[in-house]
Amino acid sequence: MPMKVHVQTRLNGEEVEFLCEPRQSLLEVLRDVLGLTGSKEGCNNGNCGACSVILDGVLVNSCCVLGVETAGREVTTIEGIASPDGLHPLQQKFLEHAALQCGICTPGFIVAAKALLDKNPHPTEHQVRYWLAGNLCRCTGYDKIIRAVLDAAQTTEAKV
Amino acid sequence: MQAFDYAAVRSVDEAVSLLAQHGDQARPLAGGTDIIVAVREGRRQVAMLVDIKGIPEVNQLSYDTAQGLTLGAAVPCYRIYEHQEIAATYPGLIDAASLVGGTAIQGRASVGGNLCNASPAADTTPALIVHRAMCVIAGPKGRREIPVEQFCTGPGRTALQPGEFLVALRMPSPPPHFGAQYLRFIPRNEMDIAVVGVGASVVLNQDHSSFVSGRVALGAVAPTPLLVETAGAALAGKAVSDETIQQAAEAAQAAARPIDDMRGTAQYRRHLVGVLTRRALRGAIQRAKER
Amino acid sequence: MAETTTYKVIGTRPIRHDGVDKVTGRAIYGADVQMAGLLHGKVLRSPHAHARIRSIDVSRALALPGVKAVMTGADLPPAEDRIINLGEGAVNLKYLSNNILAGDKVLYKGHPVVAVAATSPHLAEEALALIHVDYEVLPPVLDVREAMQDSAPLLHENLKTKSLGQETDKVSNVATHTQFKLGDVEKGFQEADVVIEREFTTATVHQGYIEPHNATAMWNPDGQLTIWESTQGAFTVQRQLAPVLGIAVAQIRVIPAEIGGGFGGKINLYLEPIAAVLSQKTGHPVKVLMNRAEVFESTGPTPGSYIRVKMGATKDGRVTAAQAYMAYEAGGYPGSPIGAGMMCIFSPYDIPNVLIDGFDVVVNKPKTAPYRAPGATNAAFASETVVDELCEKLGLDPLQFRLRNAAKEGTRRPDGPTHPRIGYLETVQAALDSDHYRTPLEGPNVGRGVASGYWFNVGLQSSVSINVNADGSVTLVEGSTDIGGTRASIAMQAAEVLGLKAEEVRPIVADTASVGYNDVTGGSRTTFASGYAAIEAAQDVVRQMTERAARIWKVEPPDVTFADGVFHHNNEADQRLTFQEVAAQLGRTGGPVTGRATVAPRGVGGAFATHIVDLQVDPETGKVTVLRYTAVQDVGKAIHPSYVEGQMQGGAVQGIGWALNEEYFYNNTGAMANASFLDYRMPTSLDLPMIDTILVEVPNPGHPFGVRGVGEVPIVPPVAAIANAIYRATGVRLRHSPMSPGRVMTEVLAKG
Repeated sequence: MPMKVHVQTRLNGEEVEFLCEPRQSLLEVLRDVLGLTGSKEGCNNGNCGACSVILDGVLVNSCCVLGVETAGREVTTIEGIASPDGLHPLQQKFLEHAALQCGICTPGFIVAAKALLDKNPHPTEHQVRYWLAGNLCRCTGYDKIIRAVLDAAQTTEAKV
Repeated sequence: MQAFDYAAVRSVDEAVSLLAQHGDQARPLAGGTDIIVAVREGRRQVAMLVDIKGIPEVNQLSYDTAQGLTLGAAVPCYRIYEHQEIAATYPGLIDAASLVGGTAIQGRASVGGNLCNASPAADTTPALIVHRAMCVIAGPKGRREIPVEQFCTGPGRTALQPGEFLVALRMPSPPPHFGAQYLRFIPRNEMDIAVVGVGASVVLNQDHSSFVSGRVALGAVAPTPLLVETAGAALAGKAVSDETIQQAAEAAQAAARPIDDMRGTAQYRRHLVGVLTRRALRGAIQRAKER
Repeated sequence: MAETTTYKVIGTRPIRHDGVDKVTGRAIYGADVQMAGLLHGKVLRSPHAHARIRSIDVSRALALPGVKAVMTGADLPPAEDRIINLGEGAVNLKYLSNNILAGDKVLYKGHPVVAVAATSPHLAEEALALIHVDYEVLPPVLDVREAMQDSAPLLHENLKTKSLGQETDKVSNVATHTQFKLGDVEKGFQEADVVIEREFTTATVHQGYIEPHNATAMWNPDGQLTIWESTQGAFTVQRQLAPVLGIAVAQIRVIPAEIGGGFGGKINLYLEPIAAVLSQKTGHPVKVLMNRAEVFESTGPTPGSYIRVKMGATKDGRVTAAQAYMAYEAGGYPGSPIGAGMMCIFSPYDIPNVLIDGFDVVVNKPKTAPYRAPGATNAAFASETVVDELCEKLGLDPLQFRLRNAAKEGTRRPDGPTHPRIGYLETVQAALDSDHYRTPLEGPNVGRGVASGYWFNVGLQSSVSINVNADGSVTLVEGSTDIGGTRASIAMQAAEVLGLKAEEVRPIVADTASVGYNDVTGGSRTTFASGYAAIEAAQDVVRQMTERAARIWKVEPPDVTFADGVFHHNNEADQRLTFQEVAAQLGRTGGPVTGRATVAPRGVGGAFATHIVDLQVDPETGKVTVLRYTAVQDVGKAIHPSYVEGQMQGGAVQGIGWALNEEYFYNNTGAMANASFLDYRMPTSLDLPMIDTILVEVPNPGHPFGVRGVGEVPIVPPVAAIANAIYRATGVRLRHSPMSPGRVMTEVLAKG
């Protein structure tokens, strides 16, 4: 049996620790070890963005990061986007614009869009499309997703 | 995925020692966007991944007019294009760094890793070549430097010897009237592997009427990225004109050795080499004029 | 219902009831299911496209610590050669069972052969590498026309062609030959001034849902089997699983999780029997997941095809005859959607003379599964391109041509039925009047194309029950898994009848033990049929609540009228009770109120769409950029317009991907070379503009609110529309899909 590694990291603002094998990706750790199933596996090779998380403030595909690499780092997942006070403006706008149909890509899009608005609070449509090109959606054709992100950017609280 | 061990090192010597110890069963781990997927899909076998991201030197990103650009091998692409001075000085490199993968890939993937993965279609390698980049390699016998165009030796294979790894890339400061551009052709607008990639750089004379020198490098049309010396020769000393550009493009087409595969036929690729060489040269010329 | 009815809830855009769970990552999809003692299953699949299995040696896998069980096709009961009906198509039980785990032959690369259960997914994968299967490799056939030749390798030794309804003795790869006939095409072509005949080919394309297949099973010692999974139809799974496992339906409970996309691809069984048998063998729950490569190689894509279309028209633009020869690849087992393709191909038009010959052909590729209006997109690519050529030859605007020939109520389809009240003409008129069509397209290398499409939609069966809560809200129990927002549209229909707000109707999607029978979420039937059931269940609630109000007032039910959520005493104007006030008194007036309905509605309304696309072609690379896209569709009555728009946009974009880049690349051994989202190129957000929608509402008289199914027809026109636009941009007509840059460039260069 391969030896497990003990990892301590900061996840959605809380200190957490877990055991994992080196070959387990961060996505597997989130889903199978920590029970945070909001991040999804769509392709497991960095081509669909359904596993998007924010690592040390940077948008990454958690299927391309090993769990052991998060030692001492800071991870934000979809579960950490809303606050006790309510939904993030992105989440609210996704609902209002009907920017989801089956919803499987939605966590990835919201995390990715949050990473965008944190860097660029007022992106153009082209900038939004470019940033989100790594998040695949098969249901919506992206129209309402783009509108939701642009609308959320208008909301001043979006920079939280 | 096969089981492997993981070691996070803090110094070049530690890395060299582990890599030498395990030979071809150990690989360095930087961004991981290639190697993790390759191991998962069974395309590479490893017994150990040596995480080099804790070594200060591989994370270095600095520029000054004397030294030029020092790009640590593990620096993720996004840091390069977010660095205002470097982005303004090396737009031809930014072209490539902002095309690798997608936003989330660029959050991890490094130019160094893109080079070491040695895909014939790597986006950053032609850009590095036309900027005259040098590879800084550390190994059991010490350090050495080789030009980027000598680094890849075949699909997935590099000039690294047992125990060696890429520490950094160095690029000279652009001379006056220098311009470079990297263009690639893909069927979509992002997320694809290049069907053809072309890097072009030029140095123009004082009044921009002729080329002092030029470099053209091709991706995805040979077992390794190609520096096309004949294209450079077709430009040096000649007038900046459509005819000269066309000659360089034809030299690039002649040098290309494309294959038929699911991403494109050899004929289509050869056609695209001509198209993209002309476009990349024009872009490089425009940037040279604006500098 | 009158077209001028004003509704309180229908036509509004409330937040969907399951929305917060989905934007916070709380919603549980099939792969998210967790439970104590869970084991993990993985499947070993054939590396060969066509082979006989000589032997299987699992001993080394069983010896690996952590591996708890192994199974092969021999662990399933022998399956009979008979048909079971799944709603969106029928399946032969023997083929279904052999597709789940191979019998004596493997028929495509990726065909499942062995499955293991282990304590971790990684261990299960390691176990697969320790299994040895001895194959006798056979030559594969990978092209539909090659497969139809007498010299082709045969996939099934006793598959005999069924031709025009009759069994023949001819053993071949052609499973069926079907024909539809109207009038006399020879006579029709003689009457034509212009006749055009063209050939088309389309590559294999996958539904591309982002969520891979999953199934978790717990087979208890008492024989009760529970399945948790993402599926388009829990009851359909139950009804396939019973014969495949040789157990009673009563032993099976299927609990549907949320589903991450289906488009028709999550109806057939794949992993459920494997998870079930592994659970039975180990005494543990077993979860089996597919990875992306397995989804591409082992689940049903839509057919590649060869289609020949011949159409004739008079010089004033009246179509006199239409003929089609259509050969669809079924994959390893018969059952392509050739019939549906034949039903749709010429159906936007009123043509007196039609002859359609369709062939269902097996090839060494994964068994096809429905993909959103299955068969119709291939067909429309061919027919709508020929229509465009006719228009050009005749000098007619393509939309005016469609007005002239439009199918209307009473027009006979080539397969026999006549159209009921339909809105095709209205979509063409709306397209003509649209801002898009009226805006001139300018610039170099640009072109505009239009195309129309038809999908018949289905009704099938639904069951709904509605429980009244003490505060006057209601819980609506339905069984249609929610792929695109149907929870909301079903709840809204009940809310309209009950005089409640949409939020006051709490819908849940229930499992097979908790709700009456429901057919699949598919066939564009859910808002129509489950909505119909919700309406009737709500009317049942109103009837019972009326009785309670009458009881409170000590009168008879006919003395009470219910309107806008309020019960009125017919004889005393000041006496009124709200729904909430009656709900608060249920215990005293007779007990709980539950309304229910089961339906199999017949008044299905067909759907028509007309799409307009502007695009630009880079003349040096052949790359197409979509500049502007408008999808016009008759939606009957849009219950929740945002989700109707969403269906139109999503289907259009799938069609754009199909047109421009999506295809299975096969190498010469019959292996898919691009089983990954890297090289199976679906559109990204950067590849598209906004997708404009025009919702035309011609209510379907077969539904109380006028609902027509909307989900499928949007994928039918785009490939043809794009082909027609490329023609106008380049002067070249492409007749193979996808029209990828290399192919466009080749044609442009050949033209000179």
